Amino acid sequence: MHAPRNETYLNATVGIRSWLLTTDHKRIALLYFAGITFFFFIGGIAATLIRFELLTPGPTLGSADLYNRLFTMHGIIMVWFFLIPSIPTTMGNFILPMMIGARDLAFPRLNLTSWYLYMAGGLITLTALLLGGVDTGWTFYTPYSTFYATGYLILAVFGIFVSGFSSILTGLNFIVTVHKLRAPGMTWYKLPVFVWSTYATSVILVLATPVLAMTLLMLLAERVLHVGIFSPQLGGDPILFQHMFWFYSHPAVYIMILPSMGVISEIVPVFSRKPLFGYYFVVWCSIAIAVIGFLVWGHHMFVAGQALYASLAFSFLSYLVAVPSAIKVFNWTATMHEGWIRFDAPMLYAFGFIGLFTIGGLTGLFLAALPIDVHVTDTYFVVAHFHYIMVGGAVMGYFAGLHYWWPKITGRLYPDYWARFAAILAFFGFNLTFFPQFILGYLGMPRRYQTYPPEFQIWHVLSSAGASILAVGYALPLFYFAWSILRGPRASANPWGATGLEWSTRSPPPPENFATTPTVIRPPYQYVRGEPLMQAGDV
Amino acid sequence: MSDRVLGIQYSTLAQERETVTLGMWAFLATEVLFFGALIAAYLNYRIWFGAEFIAAASLTKVALGTANTAVLLTSSACMAMAVITFDAGSKRAPVLWLAATALLGLAFVGIKGTEWFLEYQEHLVPALNFDLPRYGGIAEIFFIFYFCATGLHALHLLIGISLVSWLAWRIGTGRLQPGGSTTRLIGLYWHFVDIVWIFLFPLIYLAGRNM
Repeated sequence: MHAPRNETYLNATVGIRSWLLTTDHKRIALLYFAGITFFFFIGGIAATLIRFELLTPGPTLGSADLYNRLFTMHGIIMVWFFLIPSIPTTMGNFILPMMIGARDLAFPRLNLTSWYLYMAGGLITLTALLLGGVDTGWTFYTPYSTFYATGYLILAVFGIFVSGFSSILTGLNFIVTVHKLRAPGMTWYKLPVFVWSTYATSVILVLATPVLAMTLLMLLAERVLHVGIFSPQLGGDPILFQHMFWFYSHPAVYIMILPSMGVISEIVPVFSRKPLFGYYFVVWCSIAIAVIGFLVWGHHMFVAGQALYASLAFSFLSYLVAVPSAIKVFNWTATMHEGWIRFDAPMLYAFGFIGLFTIGGLTGLFLAALPIDVHVTDTYFVVAHFHYIMVGGAVMGYFAGLHYWWPKITGRLYPDYWARFAAILAFFGFNLTFFPQFILGYLGMPRRYQTYPPEFQIWHVLSSAGASILAVGYALPLFYFAWSILRGPRASANPWGATGLEWSTRSPPPPENFATTPTVIRPPYQYVRGEPLMQAGDV
Repeated sequence: MSDRVLGIQYSTLAQERETVTLGMWAFLATEVLFFGALIAAYLNYRIWFGAEFIAAASLTKVALGTANTAVLLTSSACMAMAVITFDAGSKRAPVLWLAATALLGLAFVGIKGTEWFLEYQEHLVPALNFDLPRYGGIAEIFFIFYFCATGLHALHLLIGISLVSWLAWRIGTGRLQPGGSTTRLIGLYWHFVDIVWIFLFPLIYLAGRNM
């Protein structure tokens, strides 16, 4: 059945029910976009208030208790309701089935269920945070979280528990889809790297999230029933909580960064007009990161009383996991070597990603070294390091992908001038925000404190100034994307000259993605004198 | 599933069958890690507090636990028979085997409930009536794990019983024809719940009991 020429997934059916009960992966992706954008700005407001509070050495906004609640809210919202679902549920949902030539994910109704679980979990946790908040930090360390913390901890943890099922079902859906729904000719080594990295991410989602679920259940049992699982007063082991928490939460870092790496691996070849350098290495590095990422959690506990020999092993494994990440960086730069590089907005975000991720990764090696980690544990050095990975890396990758696939998703172009301006602004704002924090941490400023000695003020003021620039960089896309939807020029099927299957169908795509199921004849990222050779043949 | 049209994401029935089967295995992988986390935490304390945990474990009702193991293994055999007879095209046999499966599952929950009641009478339920001076704090940790593990297992079993009953009704009323995957998938889930018990039983009731 051929769709009429002008029918797209956006106008095939109308009305609020056709969206809230949709099983189309593209519409569900847009539902996720709405939720994720909402939580991104909620988390961003908390961050803004934190940076405002830290402008002066003493209290600025309010009490220390309020400050504790602000950074907890920022952490919880950003980690669980923005970073972890961000790329997989939006671009993964929209693009992954199209990249492999499928008409939908394997389980469309399960996909919609995932969105409802995500929204329910997010709103439950947000309710808890707005009613009175939680003051434990996003890590919920015991016995603090189980006996001493005040506020709506039970509700907040329950919301995270619910959203965990959304993660699991999303990961399950992607794994099965990649295994079973690939178009004819789409062999594993013809898969675009974004598919591979989303696949690796999904394996982590399916295998790590249940451990968090069980850990949170035990935490809730201890908090609600006042029994001793983790509390030393009752014979429990608080370190056990940290082990179980980081067994999930360290792989969760790779849940955040692997999809971004996939996005960058798509963008760099397209805007360099060259095949991805070392495709096999990039692919297997994604898998290696997912596997080794499960074995490094103990590096969060070097000063927590863990055995020295365990720390040595975790230190070594943490160095090891840096190797595949570094290989990817080399591959992206080698792809650009002697390429015809175009400086469109997605590529500028990709440049930002590569630079910031490299700094984040290298400072990760500092932290993997036992003696240095002892010195900088729980300081702003750690805060700066993981923001370079999660914001400089994951969020830059998110914006890169958003700008890259925007014409496909909406069928509209956006003003490239403004988009490039926003990318550059975000890059400079980001560095001004977080580079001073490396220095602060090295000088001994601990994280999670509202007040600090006056000599640190200059670095905090620089950081807050950078945050305001970064905020503008993040807010600008809201405006030009809104303009693009309303007034933007129509996008062609393949505005960037990319080679993937998603670019061989219309923009925006028809409801069933492809008029006929494509047959794949080429590996991805093939160019002849700058002209794309489509994976599905000439269309 | 016979009257259902193939979803737009599939091109053949065989593709759908492979897809849903992999989906169930992926779900079970999640479940393994879910129970695995609990068992790992339990083992942490079991190794740390060896003697105290063995003393606490000797308070569990090993005869009832053993009987329950037999009941659950038998139910899995019935489930396997239901899948085989259904695929072979039989109409009545799978319904009977499924009914046996569900009844044995209910028997398991009944015996488990009896155990819990006996433990309640002996003041062994943490947060409810645990006799701390008599048994000590370490025994309380053991029983927290005992109730969490057996409770979550029983919850999984109740879900399984509901699925099996629903399946028997569908097959009995002729709404489900051979060739689909539903029976096999529910069978996989049932066997998984059985396997969880196969791990819980020796860990809770048996290990160290004769020392």
